[in-house]
Amino acid sequence: MIKMTYREAVRSALREALRGDPRVFLMGEDVGRYGGCFKVSHGLLEEFGPERVRDTPLSESTFLGAGIGAALGGMRPIVEIMTVNFSLLAMDQIVNNAATLRHMSGGQLSIPLVVRMATGGGRQVAAQHSHSLEGWYAHIPGIKVVAPATPADARGLLQAALRDPDPVFVFEHSALYGVDGEVDEGAAPEEIGRALIRRPGDAVSLITYGGCVGKALQAADQLAADGIAVEVLDLRSLRPLDTPAVLASVAKTHRAVIVDEGWRTCSFAAEVSAQIMEGAFYSLDAPVGRVCSAEVPMPYAKHMEDAALPQVAGIVGAVRETLGSHG
Amino acid sequence: MPILTVDMTAGTLTAWRKRVGDAIMRGDIIAEVETDKGLIDVEVFTTGVIESILVQAGETVPTGTVLAIIREEAGAPVSVAPSAPVEPIPAVPPAARLAPAPAGAITEVPGRLRISPLARKMAAELCVDPASVRGTGPGGSVTREDVERAAAARLQAPARPVEPPDRQARMRQLIGAAMARSKREIPHYYLGTTIDMFRAMTWLAEENLKRPVTERLLPGALLMKATALALREVPELNAMWRGTEAVPSPAIHIGVAISLRGGGLVAPALHDADRRSLGDLMTGLRDLVRRARSGGLRSSELSDPTVTVTSLGEQGVETVFGIIYPPQVAIVGFGKVVERPWVVEGRIVARPVLAATLSADHRASDGHRGGLFLAAVDRLLQEPGRL
Repeated sequence: MIKMTYREAVRSALREALRGDPRVFLMGEDVGRYGGCFKVSHGLLEEFGPERVRDTPLSESTFLGAGIGAALGGMRPIVEIMTVNFSLLAMDQIVNNAATLRHMSGGQLSIPLVVRMATGGGRQVAAQHSHSLEGWYAHIPGIKVVAPATPADARGLLQAALRDPDPVFVFEHSALYGVDGEVDEGAAPEEIGRALIRRPGDAVSLITYGGCVGKALQAADQLAADGIAVEVLDLRSLRPLDTPAVLASVAKTHRAVIVDEGWRTCSFAAEVSAQIMEGAFYSLDAPVGRVCSAEVPMPYAKHMEDAALPQVAGIVGAVRETLGSHG
Repeated sequence: MPILTVDMTAGTLTAWRKRVGDAIMRGDIIAEVETDKGLIDVEVFTTGVIESILVQAGETVPTGTVLAIIREEAGAPVSVAPSAPVEPIPAVPPAARLAPAPAGAITEVPGRLRISPLARKMAAELCVDPASVRGTGPGGSVTREDVERAAAARLQAPARPVEPPDRQARMRQLIGAAMARSKREIPHYYLGTTIDMFRAMTWLAEENLKRPVTERLLPGALLMKATALALREVPELNAMWRGTEAVPSPAIHIGVAISLRGGGLVAPALHDADRRSLGDLMTGLRDLVRRARSGGLRSSELSDPTVTVTSLGEQGVETVFGIIYPPQVAIVGFGKVVERPWVVEGRIVARPVLAATLSADHRASDGHRGGLFLAAVDRLLQEPGRL
């Protein structure tokens, strides 16, 4: 086990893939000479050369489409989009091509494409760089969506994405890049579609993913001081969603709070809540709670951005609310 | 299972009057239910065909339980010609029977109890009445822990008789519960007036000479009609208290307090009393008294009254101040018609007089309006021919 940052863990998986498979190449805005806008690909251009680490024009639709074409042609492209906000420029390529071609070709075509992008707020880069739109992508059949919360998962889920025969979208929370964690570079790739209990408990299920997992664990620590044993379930994969793991946790705790950095209305949290209602209604002892971002464009000012995002105090409050006076 | 009395939580279905496949019309009696207030006929409010019967004769079930499923015909009323096939209404799943929405027991407005799905399921499994459990969950909802605590407490409690010994005792308990709740929750105000009954009694004597013996009127019929017409003028008294406000009742159904031979009382409705003739009201009164004492009141008669009238004149009582029967907001009392010295145009003469009283809910009306009501009753009784 080695201690490394989330950024280093992603780089480690990228380097390993570039070394291990000549079909793999990385492209995106500033991934080469600048080393990536979040410095994830720092040093890779020097190591692998401009054929395999390619700077692209500022046109998400073009290079995402190029990635689809390369995948169709037998390559294993990894496309980096700076932030999820910019990925909307490539939405047509994603929804109408990447997600559909296997289906429309009757299974003759396969798109083994990996798309990485940063998501989430908390760094004061305002409303065009800070949103959490991974829930939108989770709506689309034909692609997979993962959101690693730890350096180990950042590496393991990217490895799994590279092995998948279909498009996989990896959402890296931008506030996590500098976070440390233990990583086993010899570990087998993770499996897409499996949630993980980060902390077991029997009072309330805190269901979350990505950048909110750390906040949920902090909230669980605070609640443990009052004798409330919160279970923190890290979904890790939004599509496919590990519904059995969600239902098993709720069947144990009878209460659930979902933490999701997306906007509340039509959020991914709403989907999880609906799945709980469909599959665990008679296990529920309280209404399902949701902690989401305020329904505003992400503010620039620090105090306002903090107020707009899910925070530990809000999570603790939502957990207490589902407990009524039991807590 | 309809809620037929204010604190009714369960009833025993004693007999079905209709069978599966029978065509029924709105207003038909389809079953007989035994309650604390005697045998009550259950009416239906839809027209259709009985598709299935879910509760068998002899079963005791909580209020709110589905007794039978009625398939409504496409073009009600049911025609003799074979009707076009109609999509059957999906059967209610058995769970609905196991876990009925408890109503009326604790909540003032018949409504759903705040209870989690898990707690509701466990309550059914543990045979705990969820309505009797204190909720400690979000918003005071009943949770699994609350149900488990209630089940454990029941195990520890000394064995209680499952059924109270007899209906008398239960009726006593229910009257006690309703009256205690009324005195606890309703801020009563009381008004009384003495009404000169000379014109009314004279008119009645003359009127009765014209009528066959079986159709003769008693003063009670005049009092009911005068009360009903006076309520039209002061509609605040003809209302139901629903949680936080008085909801005026569109119709005037007078609950007539009738004492039962074995003790206790019921106050079934004399429907639309303001719109019926005196003769019709008298027939209705006689019929209500007979059926109240022999059993056979209809379910709507117990649940419909919008105001109550209590008369203790027969017992020689001169004045009665009643306790409001919730959720009504007023009760009118009449005493005995007695001869008293009365001043008419400066001279003292003997006149038949009657004490009329009003107990009313101060949340719904004020003494000024109550006074106008009693004045209206007095005024109406001075022109008995127009009642």
